[in-house]
Amino acid sequence: MLTFLRILTALALIGIVVLLALIFVPVRLTQPTEQLAADWQPDPGHGEQVFHASDCVACHTAPGGMELAGGRGIESPLGTIWSTNITPDPETGIGGMTMDEFRAVMLDGIGRDGRHLYPAMPYENYRLMTERDLRALYAYLMNEVEPVRHEVEPTSLTFPFNMRFGLRAWNWLALSHDAGFTPQGRSEVMDRGQYLVEGPGHCAACHSPRNIFMAQDGVQASDANFLTGGVVDGWNAPSLRGEGAAPQRWPVGELAAYLATGRNAFSTANGEMGLVVAHSMQHLPDGDIFAIAAFLKGMDGAPVEEETAFAPPGPIAIEKPQADQAGEATAAMLTEAEPGMPLGARLYLDNCVACHFASGRGADGIFPKLQGNTLVLGSETGPLLSVILYGANVPGTEKRPMELVMQGYADRLSDEEVAELATFLRQAWGNDAPPVTPAEAAAERENPRATHH
Amino acid sequence: MARQEAKKDVVIVGLGWTGAIAGIELAQEGLEIVALERGRDQATVPEFKYPDQIDELTWGVRLKNMQHPRRQTVTVRRNGDETALPLRALGSFLPADGVGGAGTHWNGLNWRPQPEEMRLLSHIRENWGDEIIPEGMSLGDYPVTYDELEPFFTRFEQVAGISGQAGNLNGQIQPGGNPFEGWRSTDYPMPPMPTTWDSHKFREAALAMGLHPFPAPAGIASTSYVNPYGMQMGPCNLCGFCERYGCYQYSKSSPQTAILDALKRHPNFSYRTHAEVLRVELAPDGRTATGVTYFDEEAQEEVFQPADIVILAAYQLNNVHLMMVSGLAEIYDPATDQGVLGKNYGYQMNGGATLFFRDEHFNPFVGHGSNGMCIDDYGMNRNDYGALGFIGGAYWRSGLTNGQPIRSMPLPSGTPSWGAGWKAGVGEWYGHAMSIGSHGSNMSYRANHLDLDPTYTDRHGRPLMRMTFDWQENDLRMNQYMKARVEEVAASMNPDIMQSSFKGPGARYDVRPYQTTHNTGGHIMSASPNEGVVNRYSQMWGQHNVFAMGAGNFVQNTQYNPTGLLGGLAYWTVDAIRSQYLSNPRPLV
Repeated sequence: MLTFLRILTALALIGIVVLLALIFVPVRLTQPTEQLAADWQPDPGHGEQVFHASDCVACHTAPGGMELAGGRGIESPLGTIWSTNITPDPETGIGGMTMDEFRAVMLDGIGRDGRHLYPAMPYENYRLMTERDLRALYAYLMNEVEPVRHEVEPTSLTFPFNMRFGLRAWNWLALSHDAGFTPQGRSEVMDRGQYLVEGPGHCAACHSPRNIFMAQDGVQASDANFLTGGVVDGWNAPSLRGEGAAPQRWPVGELAAYLATGRNAFSTANGEMGLVVAHSMQHLPDGDIFAIAAFLKGMDGAPVEEETAFAPPGPIAIEKPQADQAGEATAAMLTEAEPGMPLGARLYLDNCVACHFASGRGADGIFPKLQGNTLVLGSETGPLLSVILYGANVPGTEKRPMELVMQGYADRLSDEEVAELATFLRQAWGNDAPPVTPAEAAAERENPRATHH
Repeated sequence: MARQEAKKDVVIVGLGWTGAIAGIELAQEGLEIVALERGRDQATVPEFKYPDQIDELTWGVRLKNMQHPRRQTVTVRRNGDETALPLRALGSFLPADGVGGAGTHWNGLNWRPQPEEMRLLSHIRENWGDEIIPEGMSLGDYPVTYDELEPFFTRFEQVAGISGQAGNLNGQIQPGGNPFEGWRSTDYPMPPMPTTWDSHKFREAALAMGLHPFPAPAGIASTSYVNPYGMQMGPCNLCGFCERYGCYQYSKSSPQTAILDALKRHPNFSYRTHAEVLRVELAPDGRTATGVTYFDEEAQEEVFQPADIVILAAYQLNNVHLMMVSGLAEIYDPATDQGVLGKNYGYQMNGGATLFFRDEHFNPFVGHGSNGMCIDDYGMNRNDYGALGFIGGAYWRSGLTNGQPIRSMPLPSGTPSWGAGWKAGVGEWYGHAMSIGSHGSNMSYRANHLDLDPTYTDRHGRPLMRMTFDWQENDLRMNQYMKARVEEVAASMNPDIMQSSFKGPGARYDVRPYQTTHNTGGHIMSASPNEGVVNRYSQMWGQHNVFAMGAGNFVQNTQYNPTGLLGGLAYWTVDAIRSQYLSNPRPLV
């Protein structure tokens, strides 16, 4: 008994010491990964490029708000985290922040007041950015962004998550990787792609799974689970690795087209990825887009086609694809259109076939393929149901300015019909995913996700 | 007191095809541009969404996509002895309302004129002499040639997204295309649309008679398409809802699919809807415009929009009307042949035959607005006017465009038009009919013209425009010639029943039934200021900073649908503005 008490006391004491250490022992900030001269200046345009690659706009701009003035709510299981104003406004933004303070934010997740940031800020990934890029981004934000005075609602999560010192312990687990970038060294282009993917692009924030501590399970290409798929806000961020993954199925040029324009011969970028294209990817130089595509294609050793530029603008005419072997039976059933066909197929004929065709393979660059489509087949059924009910909107981009809007069918289809249709889509043309229930459709109808109109 | 907006470099009146072309090309020059559109904003979704837009009663019969006559209309009479009355319900022609204009609700037929049509007067003089020109016919040469326009026809076809089959590539006749067309520097940007059964039958019959069938040039996507602005179309599903409807699936060539989203990305371009332009304002000396005054529907007030350049890109009738009420040129008087504005109003002379086959199934619900096989063997540049006794020509097309239930139910004449007899007729004949259409020329005449009505005014107090128009003997003779030729071909196909509908001798213009929305002329191009309203660059002779787009520029109408020519002229015009006018604003001729 006495021994037990002793152990308990010792554990309690250790706990208190750890807690005190967490609170009071000063944090050691990561030092610059490269010593640059104090008067080092980025090339013109460098900072803006890093800014676009880092997709700061996505989180730091509220819907309908001023760019970078913060206030976008990021839903987490622990409560809403409100993004901050990162314009150089001295009172409500980051005006007056020093480079060292900025580096602490980006590499260690530590704010100006020494408080830990919630890891909605992807410092796990930004930690891999080069000192040059950080300096350039800092210069851009401070000098080229207009200050906006905008007080943002402070984030207040419930106890114990409002105790930010706890994040220090989390960081011990999540920030075990060194700061700075380690290239795979396969080619200059692929290394550039790797850097953009791992660091500024913070692709792993969505496309890597999360471990039991909710940290990214796979931050670098050397990690086993890097980019093997995650779930964000009810959206599947599909795996980018392995045989069935898009980078392995799509040629590099199509992968690049998807990133730069939100559309290619296979699919369109919806939901969160649509925002990434709109805010970030469409602004990257072609070389960077192709570097990302090359890295994603080749990171596990697949041969990489040497493509480095987009085709010039049209006229470009591309025949629509016919049904392939896996889709033949469904295409034949839809073409015969026997009145006795299953309800889901009939609903497809009445509502969807005009654009996606009996082949389920749509048309290049405008009507996405439903066969093999990760959104159709996802473990999360919400996005598919959302598209059926409320439509989709692929933003216009510099190279493909047309906004591709798919209308919704909420006013035409009941929950039962939506479920039948969704189930049909998930099992037609060789697709193989579990059915969807009317209850799931009802839930999506009740609580529509933002469709980014 | 009118409100005044901040001055712009360019104000564009109307945001249809030509307004959108002017907008995007001039936006690339960095100019500050505003377009004023009297109708609503329109996008594929939600305005044209499925199935709302394929409601034939709302859009096809009640014409809700069109100009509203209670807002704007014309008065009509057939000759100077009649009293014109206001057109209170649209019929013969259907000007559009809203962003995209008639480019949203057309059928998509996109033709270039023949080189001979661009110099018709010379063509006649060289081959037959002035003496074959009937008294009162008012013909001219366009002050711009086919060869000059060729690159701009090509440009428009690539922007608009046209499916077709070239017949004359740089002078080399191509099998399967129209051997009688003007040369083209490159093939159509998309391959032709597939052929339906009725078109196939017509093609076989035409070939057997030694004619030269070819697929109709279609502003309908046969493939996925990306145009030079990066704008896109998706392949058509042949639903048959083209004319009178906006396309719900990005398959019909329109400002929406070809230009608008690209245009809206230019921060120096903006547009205002429900903004009806009332007049062009002139400087005190009348030699330049200072901007336009429009009616802001929302604020219910007049607004002055100052601008350095005014581009009139409204529908032909509205462009001419705006010029008249603004006093931009002297209105044409047929009695004296003086004045230029309103002169050479032109239209189209059409006819057709319907062929019923008891044992054929044509599935008319599979179609699109530009469906079909055509022949041009009896076209303007093929006919011997001296021998035939008329000046004119027509192209033919055979291809069902739709199976819409209310208006697309061809029945043998004598079938009751309602009740059990009608039902029985529909049961017997639905899907068993095909047609051959003749789309013909309509020459210009002194008698056919536009001016201001002395009696009727619109809601803003402006006089309505008066249309004086009737069919003329020359064109009716042309039509009768086509009737005989069409019936020959139709008879060779051995239909169970054949009935044709061609206006004949003595026919008078009836403004009630729909005929075609190909109203042309009124602010015609000319080589000198006393012959027309605009010069070869569509620049007003009287005010060098006003440019006029559209079919109002046509010296006389061609035998074809006007869009290809007006699209090419629009690119030709903005090219002149960009390359010649901006650096030194002045009369370009």
